[in-house]
Amino acid sequence: MYRYDEFDQEFVTERVAQFRGQVERRLSGELTEDQFKPLRLMNGVYLQLHAYMLRIAVPYGTLNAEQVRMLAFIARKYDRGYGHFTTRQNLQFHWPALKDVPDILEHLASVEMHAIQTSGNCIRNVTADQFAGAAADEAVDPRPYAEILRQWSSLHPEFVFLPRKFKIAVTGAERDRAAIQVHDIGLHAKRDESGRIGFAVYVGGGLGRTPMIAHKIHDFLPEEDILSYCEAILRVYNLFGRRDNKYKARIKILVHETGAEEIKRQVDAEWERIRHSALALPDSEIERIQAYFALPADLTPRPAESVVLNRARVTNAGLNQWIDQNVVPHKISGHAIATISLKPIGGTPGDATAEQMELVADLAERYSHGEIRVSHEQNLVLPHLALDDLPAVYEALERAGLGTANAGLVTDIIACPGLDYCALANARSIPIAQRISERFGSQARQNEIGDLKIKISGCINACGHHHVGHIGILGVEKKGEEFYQLTLGGSGDETTSIGEIIGKGFSSDEVIDAVETVVDTYLAHRANADEDFLAAYRRLGQAPFKEALYGAT
Amino acid sequence: MFKAATSGPAKVVTANRLDNGLVVFLDPQGGWTLDIAEARILDDDEIDAALAYGKEQDDARIIVDSYAIDVQVTDGLAVPVRLREKIRAERGPTIVYGEAERTKLTAAAD
Ligand code: SF4
Repeated sequence: MYRYDEFDQEFVTERVAQFRGQVERRLSGELTEDQFKPLRLMNGVYLQLHAYMLRIAVPYGTLNAEQVRMLAFIARKYDRGYGHFTTRQNLQFHWPALKDVPDILEHLASVEMHAIQTSGNCIRNVTADQFAGAAADEAVDPRPYAEILRQWSSLHPEFVFLPRKFKIAVTGAERDRAAIQVHDIGLHAKRDESGRIGFAVYVGGGLGRTPMIAHKIHDFLPEEDILSYCEAILRVYNLFGRRDNKYKARIKILVHETGAEEIKRQVDAEWERIRHSALALPDSEIERIQAYFALPADLTPRPAESVVLNRARVTNAGLNQWIDQNVVPHKISGHAIATISLKPIGGTPGDATAEQMELVADLAERYSHGEIRVSHEQNLVLPHLALDDLPAVYEALERAGLGTANAGLVTDIIACPGLDYCALANARSIPIAQRISERFGSQARQNEIGDLKIKISGCINACGHHHVGHIGILGVEKKGEEFYQLTLGGSGDETTSIGEIIGKGFSSDEVIDAVETVVDTYLAHRANADEDFLAAYRRLGQAPFKEALYGAT
Repeated sequence: MFKAATSGPAKVVTANRLDNGLVVFLDPQGGWTLDIAEARILDDDEIDAALAYGKEQDDARIIVDSYAIDVQVTDGLAVPVRLREKIRAERGPTIVYGEAERTKLTAAAD
């Protein structure tokens, strides 16, 4: 993975020193909260419902064992022994004291991490396919480009005061695991017939109050143009994006109001002016960054079948189920990628204790060439496992409460922190996720239901991606009570769709039954066991679900 | 006596501590307590003065962002009206977290 060069390290270290001074001045009274707030936000420090919150960037969801161990250390020493992985592949600590934050940031800097640009109206942490560089179905490893974009967007002087925040996602496989069509810019790296690398460029997607699917404005942008083209998009947005109304300030509104064709024309015009500038990427620079992401030298092909694994699968039903559900093929024979579910039945989605983080770091070091990934679905990933090692990895995970075999199933729920932690929330998300998880917790029932993505947000900001949940749940406040609105048919993959509101909302008491009714209706109406929820909903439409939920109209 | 009412609707002033961010409530001595049971219960005519005091305490770098919340008082004990403030007054989420959650889930699995 990428290692900081001198410039990166110096910049991050200086930034810690600068923030240390700012915190001191705040605590000594030289800075008022109004003066300090923008400064702390620039360093990822929010004031939430119960305490400060520190959001740490995990660039394109990639971590090494040393970094995860450091996160565990910080969780234990400065927080309450756990951390929360988010839908932006970041990590949040919910309880740091302000006075400790400079020390935390210094520890992070020592392992090449920081919290810069995890807040504010700037280009945020670039996200990517969590299986990048490992997936068998991948055409191009998106991480080198994500890294190039990270370097370009870090403190880019022109883009530190954008109309609103700006999120970029990159994938390199046909199967979109990074939800690129609901980002401000989505990039799909691919190869043409001659093997050249280029990008399909999507712009203007987003969730929140006004969910929109991005428009494709370029089919195949040559790789050397990635920065000049993104810069052109950002320039058009920076110039014409609305600054008069926070709710209309994202690029999705600009694209919607201006029209995708006109936006493309404006972007192309700007791009023509700058594409041959210093932003054009020479091959040598792309190769230099790619070298950081080469597969580990000792990750060499092994026999495609593992006798050890096959034998263990016969005798260990738990392992067998976990392999079926959480393990996918690796591009190198004899290897696999494993999703570590952070969704134990009845647990808090995305939370990991310090001890669990340390175990994952140990396993990564021992079995996965030191690499760990964070998925936007709030799970962790060990990307490079030999098939022979899977039984040992599973056993260790299982002992630590990390062996839940539910990746992609009904209990693999995305949930934002909601009213249990978040100052902006209208309703709780986590308890709803926990109750659904318990309701559908039996493995047999989950298997019968098959692929089903439930996503829950505690307010319209949609951090829990409810709009793209097969079943989406949005918490609202009605007369002081928590209510939950269901949307059906959303999807964040290569067939992105925004879920449709099915009808009036449900009270906290009713909502779990309502979800079960939706699931039972699907089971009753599906063409066969191979037709998953999304496919069935797309075929059937709202009618049978509406009728089951609200009675015949 | 500072306790304005022993039952019925009233208000208390809340904020977050500057140094560690934790939720606090204004108490009868002009200090800040983590426990809403020790909060000063305010009548309508006391609120402006209490908020002005909160602002001073903000300037004095004790707390951040003080504001008044509606409470229902029963036998001298204030219970926030809005769920958001109920959860804040509980000093943490409504679910168990961290090691305690691990312990709970492990027990449930056994
Ligand atoms: S969706 Fe709303 S409640 Fe949930 S984390 Fe985002 S802002 Fe908070």
